[in-house]
Amino acid sequence: MSEKETETLLYLDGVSVSFDGFKALNELSLVIEAGEMRAIIGPNGAGKTTMMDVVTGKTRPDSGTILFDGNVDLTRLDEAAIAELGIGRKFQKPTVFDRHTVWDNLELALAGRRTTMSALFRAEGPQERQRIEELLGIIRLGEQRHTLAANLSHGQKQWLEIGMLLAQEPKLLLVDEPAAGMTDAETEATAVLLKEIAKEKSVIVVEHDMAFVRALGVKVTVLNEGSVLSEGTIDHVSEDPRVIEVYLGR
Amino acid sequence: MSGFIRNGFDRSAVFVVLVLIAAAVAVPALNLSTPAGSPLHIPDYAVPLIGKYLTYALLALSVGLIWGYCGILSLGHGAFFALGGYAMGMYLMRQIGTRGVYGDPVLPDFMVFLNWKELPVAWYGFQFFPYAMLMVLLVPGILAFVFGWFAFRSRVTGVYLSIITQAMTFALMLGFFRNNLGFGGNNGLTDFKDILGFNIQAPETRAALFAASAVALALAYVICKAIIASRFGKVLVAIRDAESRTRFLGYRVEHHKLVVWTLSACMAGVAGALYVPQVGIINPGEFEPANSIEVVIWVAVGGRGLLVGPMVGAILVNFAKSWFTTGALAPYWLFALGGLFVGVTLFLPKGIVGTLAGGWTALRQRRTSAEAEAGTAPTAPDGPPGGRLNPEAAE
Repeated sequence: MSEKETETLLYLDGVSVSFDGFKALNELSLVIEAGEMRAIIGPNGAGKTTMMDVVTGKTRPDSGTILFDGNVDLTRLDEAAIAELGIGRKFQKPTVFDRHTVWDNLELALAGRRTTMSALFRAEGPQERQRIEELLGIIRLGEQRHTLAANLSHGQKQWLEIGMLLAQEPKLLLVDEPAAGMTDAETEATAVLLKEIAKEKSVIVVEHDMAFVRALGVKVTVLNEGSVLSEGTIDHVSEDPRVIEVYLGR
Repeated sequence: MSGFIRNGFDRSAVFVVLVLIAAAVAVPALNLSTPAGSPLHIPDYAVPLIGKYLTYALLALSVGLIWGYCGILSLGHGAFFALGGYAMGMYLMRQIGTRGVYGDPVLPDFMVFLNWKELPVAWYGFQFFPYAMLMVLLVPGILAFVFGWFAFRSRVTGVYLSIITQAMTFALMLGFFRNNLGFGGNNGLTDFKDILGFNIQAPETRAALFAASAVALALAYVICKAIIASRFGKVLVAIRDAESRTRFLGYRVEHHKLVVWTLSACMAGVAGALYVPQVGIINPGEFEPANSIEVVIWVAVGGRGLLVGPMVGAILVNFAKSWFTTGALAPYWLFALGGLFVGVTLFLPKGIVGTLAGGWTALRQRRTSAEAEAGTAPTAPDGPPGGRLNPEAAE
């Protein structure tokens, strides 16, 4: 663990993105260590989702550097290539494949095997089945394995999506508002689940819910108007006068 | 590879294949070996007519595969059908030889008429049946590959994709109407004499073409079924329902679309190649945008959620069309077709087959749950979907 902390997994330097003149990201710089869990908070329009878009290849930055795992330049790659490098993303709204069963959703997400030919001619092997069983245990959906994802509750969909992320075996997980729309009990269970995941992987959590961020107990980065406003423990940032100003208005 | 085919072979697939094989045997047999007065006799005119329906069913299946399972709505599949038809037509033209009106051993009549001295390069090799059959697959396949490569890579989806497929078939139609393109212009290719040495008008040849159409449809159905049962098929459905999510999972959406799109175009080409000898003509009218739209109506009427839907839809609608357009109701056929499309869209969104299948499943579920309450239902073995888990593998 201590060895890991000296490695940088994700490195953003001077990243800017603008849409029709609106600067969504403004010279954003951010460093995530290997094995680190980081919470990112900020008011609406602070650039949280855009930050995820540029890291996962959905949006190309106008300028700046994004390096992953030492020297891989993410700005040159598309979504599929970035996902294969080991960056998984969970969306704000749970997006699972409604017309597939829980099992098939996980099967589709399993690491490796992304070519059309392997998809056509290779059936799932015993190892893959075992891995899916394992994931079903982690996300507590063993009973629902044959249920169509469309028929799951909101919280279960969120977990299924987290399970799909795990199945991808990413090095870095980007999680957008995992607790949105969940009951208190589900929120708590989700925090436990994320902490469990963070033992092995780097995780970036974007969240609105301050109580949830507090429950995670990790380093917090506050974004505002597309750049970093403050960084530190939750107590540190919540006492920062600039943070109080943007959150409470001037 | 054999596992690939076996995975798709469930009970409904066996049923469909058996029906098609039965038709491939029974229709020719009832036509050839029963006397004309017999109640079981299938008249000569009906064999190529039903054969034509089967080629339409194959065309509809190719559209159903991409529309129903990958969300690609093609309004230009008639183009691939027509190209396959032209490849077959060119072979048939070159078989005419000296029996043409002008008796030129090499040049088809229309070229002699246009005062051409040499056979255009595009016609080289079409006197050989295997070469022509290869072109039946390659010409639509390559066009689809190039078209799909650009369209899917640029992430053209939804209605925009539909519009450019429509533009594609329209452009081809205009091209084929021109005499100097060298494919018979306005008149197309016709006056065929024989295929593989057999008289194309003979009842035996027509019976063989009918059987070939039924077998081709069964084969294509089995291939589609296997594709859908594979993980590739699951990726296609994932793309249909949440394209960008699939991309973030690391799948190259454009590659998957390209594979299924090209395959679908090849299927449409085969359908066209079987269509032409049975109707005896291919002309640029087959490229008309309205034809491709009609295919989409067949698929919608039959139901696009299942592979059988498009096949049944194509046969039913075309049967209705033949029935309508030979009677006093002929002028009203297009109104009936339009009304059918609107009616199905409003009242049977899953199509005829989809609605029937849904009703059947609901009925079975109700019966199973009733049995479960009575405590007589057999307990389902717990395993991954498809029941492919065996005890050794689980360890």
